[in-house]
Amino acid sequence: MSFTRGFRGRGRAARDARLPPGQYDIGDGWPVLTAEPTPKLATESWTFTVEGLVEQPTTWTWDQIHALAPSDYRGDIHCVTTWSKLDVTFGGVSVDTLLAAARPLPSATHVLAVCHTGYTTNLPLSDVANGKAWVAWDYGGRPLPVEHGGPARFLVPHLYFWKSAKWVVGLQLLDHDEPGFWERNGYHDRGDPWLEQRYQGD
Amino acid sequence: MATTIGATPGSSSGTRVTDQSEMPLRPGGWQTATVLEVRPETANAKTFRLALGEPSRHLAGQHYVVRLTAPDGYTASRSYSVASPPDGSPVIELTVERLADGEVSTFLHDVVVPGDVLEVRGPIGGWFVWRGDTPALLIGGGSGVVPLTAMLRLARRTGKCDLVRLVVSARSPAELYYAGELPGSETTVIYTRDAPAGWPRPLGRLTSDDLAGAFVSGATAYVCGSAGFADAATGLLISTGVPTSDIRVERFGPTG
Repeated sequence: MSFTRGFRGRGRAARDARLPPGQYDIGDGWPVLTAEPTPKLATESWTFTVEGLVEQPTTWTWDQIHALAPSDYRGDIHCVTTWSKLDVTFGGVSVDTLLAAARPLPSATHVLAVCHTGYTTNLPLSDVANGKAWVAWDYGGRPLPVEHGGPARFLVPHLYFWKSAKWVVGLQLLDHDEPGFWERNGYHDRGDPWLEQRYQGD
Repeated sequence: MATTIGATPGSSSGTRVTDQSEMPLRPGGWQTATVLEVRPETANAKTFRLALGEPSRHLAGQHYVVRLTAPDGYTASRSYSVASPPDGSPVIELTVERLADGEVSTFLHDVVVPGDVLEVRGPIGGWFVWRGDTPALLIGGGSGVVPLTAMLRLARRTGKCDLVRLVVSARSPAELYYAGELPGSETTVIYTRDAPAGWPRPLGRLTSDDLAGAFVSGATAYVCGSAGFADAATGLLISTGVPTSDIRVERFGPTG
């Protein structure tokens, strides 16, 4: 390790054990970092679809998905640009509930989250099952703001936050890993913040 | 404002890349870079000229991560866009805006001097890049002009200025980056709060009129600035009929 002349860092006495390596607590801020124009989506025409390697491809309307068992996340989120946001709350539906309806085939190993804008991100199926992922439409008890992905975003908080795709409209189940948008542009296929899997090759 | 988060995924969304003809871009590992020169761009922005230990070709619009390490092993990293054009040299320039609360930017501004060694990693980002051979409308606000300047410099260096138009929004002349080299037939500067005496355009935010004169048929638009600026600029582009698939956006957040 090489040290930087004169650098001591700030506030390490108070450094929170919830922060993965290389991350810092951004406090009340929540940067908006998206790669294209913010879409305006009406909930009346919004749908969410689980398809691909499933027994029963399924589409929910806004009202139908709200009729499913609600599920909340309370915890931390971590952006690859090095900020983390601690103790946040999201409300929505567990991806487990959606998968239970669509019933993945045994051959399904990965998912591609697909967004209204064409953005995609890839994840192992095991990273979105068993209580690890949500489709979220509330933040802090209020409707998710459009700049943060409203009306609904994917939420996979144990991975870097680009995996939590904004304006998500569906999941495609695949029998292989297929790099998504940022993953084809240099970022890691899995993105575990505790392993600092930021870029391809990490 | 991270002076320059390069095309970074912040819980992001983006239009699918359709012309991806390369393998995934893979930055090298951490390397050391020697600071050759530090020069002010504005009262709050400095450019750091770095000699890379392991030179790597970058694309205009890409960024590097700078990592600071304390004696006890504590590290802090931030991303900064490359302002210099790809030119095959082992030297790059990063322009950094000093944020009052920014752990990394204040250190770079207040402590780093020529001869210091920094750890860097890059180049990073394969989306907000211009490869130098397609029409491009570049729209930058404040420090958002940094990656666009790498594109402008590339166009000028390679004689491709006919492909590029740059529209820059700054609060005042004192806050305009690269003021000495921006003027040209391919650039437009707009001021929102204060302008030089006799400046022809009224003070005010970006309008569709500012973009109408700069749009090149078939151009990809590259918008870079704060979230508010980026939303305003993309809204103007969409209202004038530019397809969203032709707009690439990089939003800067307050990340120190």
